[in-house]
Amino acid sequence: MTTNEAALDTVLADLLARHGRDPGRLLQILLDVQARFARVPPEAVPKLAAALCLPIGEVESTVEFYSFLSRTSVGEYRVLFSDNITDRMLGNLTIFDHMAKRLGVRAGEVSDDGLVSLDTTSCTGMCDQGPAILVNGIAVTRMTLRRADQVCELIRSRVPVAEWPADFFRVDHNIRRADMLLAADFTPGSALKAAIGLGRDRFLEEMRISNLRGRGGAGFTTAVKWEAARNAAGDERYIVCNADEGEPGTFKDRVLLQYYPERVFEGMALAAYVIGARHGLLYLRGEYLYLRPRLEEKLTELRALGVLGRSIFGVDDFAFDIEIHMGAGAYVCGEETALIESLEGKAGRPRIRPPFPVTSGYRGRPTVVNNVETLAKVSEIALNGGAWYRGYGTRQSTGTKILSVSGDCARPGIYEYPFGVRISQVLEDCGARRPRAVQISGASGQCLTPREFGRRIAFEDVPTAGALMIFGDHRDMFEVALNFARFFRHESCGFCTPCRVGTTIQAKIMDKIAAGHGTQYEMNELEHLHEVMRTASHCGLGQTAGQAIADTITEFRGDYEKRLARKDFEPAFDLDAALDRARDITGRDDADSRLVDEGWHARETTR
Amino acid sequence: MSDDATFMLDGRPIRFVAGQSILEAATAAGTFIPNLCHHPEFKPHGSCKLCTVKVNGRASSACTTRARAGQEVASDTPELNRHRRTLLQMLFVEGNHFCPGCEKSGNCRLQALAYDLEMLNPHYEHFYPPRPIDASHPDVLIDFNRCILCALCVRASRDVDGKSVFALAGRGTAQHLVVDCPSGKLGDSDFAMTDKAAAVCPVGAILPKRVGFSVPIGERTFDVEPISAHAAHAAETRG
Ligand SMILES: Cc1cc2nc3c(=O)[nH]c(=O)nc-3n(C[C@H](O)[C@H](O)[C@H](O)COP(=O)(O)O)c2cc1C
Ligand code: SF4
Ligand code: SF4
Ligand code: FES
Ligand code: FES
Repeated sequence: MTTNEAALDTVLADLLARHGRDPGRLLQILLDVQARFARVPPEAVPKLAAALCLPIGEVESTVEFYSFLSRTSVGEYRVLFSDNITDRMLGNLTIFDHMAKRLGVRAGEVSDDGLVSLDTTSCTGMCDQGPAILVNGIAVTRMTLRRADQVCELIRSRVPVAEWPADFFRVDHNIRRADMLLAADFTPGSALKAAIGLGRDRFLEEMRISNLRGRGGAGFTTAVKWEAARNAAGDERYIVCNADEGEPGTFKDRVLLQYYPERVFEGMALAAYVIGARHGLLYLRGEYLYLRPRLEEKLTELRALGVLGRSIFGVDDFAFDIEIHMGAGAYVCGEETALIESLEGKAGRPRIRPPFPVTSGYRGRPTVVNNVETLAKVSEIALNGGAWYRGYGTRQSTGTKILSVSGDCARPGIYEYPFGVRISQVLEDCGARRPRAVQISGASGQCLTPREFGRRIAFEDVPTAGALMIFGDHRDMFEVALNFARFFRHESCGFCTPCRVGTTIQAKIMDKIAAGHGTQYEMNELEHLHEVMRTASHCGLGQTAGQAIADTITEFRGDYEKRLARKDFEPAFDLDAALDRARDITGRDDADSRLVDEGWHARETTR
Repeated sequence: MSDDATFMLDGRPIRFVAGQSILEAATAAGTFIPNLCHHPEFKPHGSCKLCTVKVNGRASSACTTRARAGQEVASDTPELNRHRRTLLQMLFVEGNHFCPGCEKSGNCRLQALAYDLEMLNPHYEHFYPPRPIDASHPDVLIDFNRCILCALCVRASRDVDGKSVFALAGRGTAQHLVVDCPSGKLGDSDFAMTDKAAAVCPVGAILPKRVGFSVPIGERTFDVEPISAHAAHAAETRG
């Protein structure tokens, strides 16, 4: 046995013991392995499979699914640039190129000495204080060329990330407008005591009266979801807090978890009280790793206060505790059934529904999956009652909504408004001058033009999971759609044909147009692809993956057309490049061996 | 049989038994709904999406949607068939399918559906993924170039053979079939020719060795009759 292998065995034995040899914790174990070895060593796979009694193929399946796990070594310092359109608008590529040059490493590669690797990653949720990067999983905000130089220096001198200047890791809340939730004081335990005073049934009734609807996107009525889980047969029940927040442009859950964690955890306890759950799981996106230590501390505090634990506040049959699970770089894991698969240690492929999680979720038991913000709102209803809650917002969309505002405006950040606020109001408050378009609810949402700024944020008008990305009148909306197309190609889980292949073809076509070789033909192709993906995809990811393109083609056709070649059709492949091998074999490189029209792939932008 | 009821499929009543999916009920009634990842003996998977129908106007997979009394199901419509052709084209360009040289030609469900739905060309740019074949097993060859990720072998090996020899790994178009053993080679796994998993592949990805072309091309299942007619006859034979 080599020393390396001995070291691996020791580490694995320790990790397996710490994770209780639970196959359901496979992803959590693999994340620890990755952190320790800067990769998942190939020998670790059969060893873990044997120790956890899983087929090797299943372990492989998990390893290969998540962006933050890698088979080959990443650098001792792994630098990942958030590559949302908002990071682009803040100039992340210039900084990326600068760092690449200084460190002598190319995109997606590791430096020869293994010290550093550099790559891009999907939106890390720092859109109001970007450009942002992750260094060994920890968020660094407000990157500038100067800060990039400092980062390079620290890496070169091998300074451990924990010793870097604290200011690099400063994450501001940027709360610009606080309303009923963000402005209120809160005493941990108070909401739970109030609910216990009412009793389970009456508190659920208050929830029903409040008409609180889910903030994760779908807007499902929370009380109905809870009641279904409470009434479903099962020997255990679970509360899951969805803190995956992967939708590009969304960062309000991050602020809630950082500055209002007791609200979120108490919301989970309130849900547990109603449905009879003993276990709660917080699924925290990998990008928010920096939050984990503070959240663990908060849980310890809440245990000491008796908000978590056994016989909570004297209720004999009420025991509840919360465990944190980390995500590992997969947007689709925000979809509730993919999230549950991921919680079980597997690849995050959405399940077939029905059965819905409320009847068969985590480990096949009734499970409530709620968004962070939804759960934070629950404490307000426990404290003030459903009727009071309904006094805010509109009839169908009660209460307030927290918006994550980013892009071209003077004051990006967090805005809490009663539902029903007009988009024009938000734009005025955040100081957006001459906006050309607003992308609502992230890459999967709608693109609105000034004509529609009079519309209201509400489930019945413009529904949103909370993102509002603003594009000024100097922005090119094709670039926005291109960024989203690449995002979806990267994030498709690959389960179903339309999304797996469709997102790739769509991104290829967008790249072709970007390179100046698209024609009217490609425009029609994009529309057809969207129709097929929307109709036939298994989950919301594929169903919405073409939406931004469809919207921008309708509203900003000019941004596409100015790039189109003046032809009816261009072949999808580069004829001249296809002859490379033939030229190679025959040893020719004369003019006659070349096609006159220079190939377009050669000029295609690589990113 | 109080459980019996009917739903409407393209304007015709289809009887079903409680618990059946739309696809199962239609198949039993001799009406063909295109499908690739479905197999009557296994739990539905719902990934190929060829069976996408509209149920009361809403799109859903016929293989995973329960039949219910009074449903209005549309399947054989120009719009849905246009989508199906696109899905087939996606599967063809995603892998490397050279039908004329494929042992499965004529028995391949992908090829048969493409004929049946009049897919005339691949339409999209081929991905040409590099996918080395695995010939390590004495009796069986895996040609990953033709794998359409339907997970039938995965289900057969796990649910019938009790071996879990196969799994799907990777995300997006990087998804691929993996074999359960440290080397990842079929020959080093406990896969056997007699496994159910050896007999379920709808395309030419898992093939028995040494029996190539024993039935001449032209005389194979779908050479003789289109897949839709074949399905209808199979239902008749079953009675
Ligand atoms: C591709 C995809 C990604 C999603 N991402 C998230 C997410 O990051 N956070 C979230 O709360 N919900 C997300 N959802 C919605 C969840 O599936 C689910 O509806 C939600 O967590 C339910 O909570 P709620 O009722 O409190 O809104 C996503 C859905 C899809 C289809
Ligand atoms: S739509 Fe996309 S993400 Fe959703 S299951 Fe299909 S392939 Fe996966
Ligand atoms: S090998 Fe065949 S049965 Fe297995 S997933 Fe691929 S196409 Fe399906
Ligand atoms: S047969 Fe229904 S999705 Fe494949
Ligand atoms: S005939 Fe080509 S893969 Fe089936």
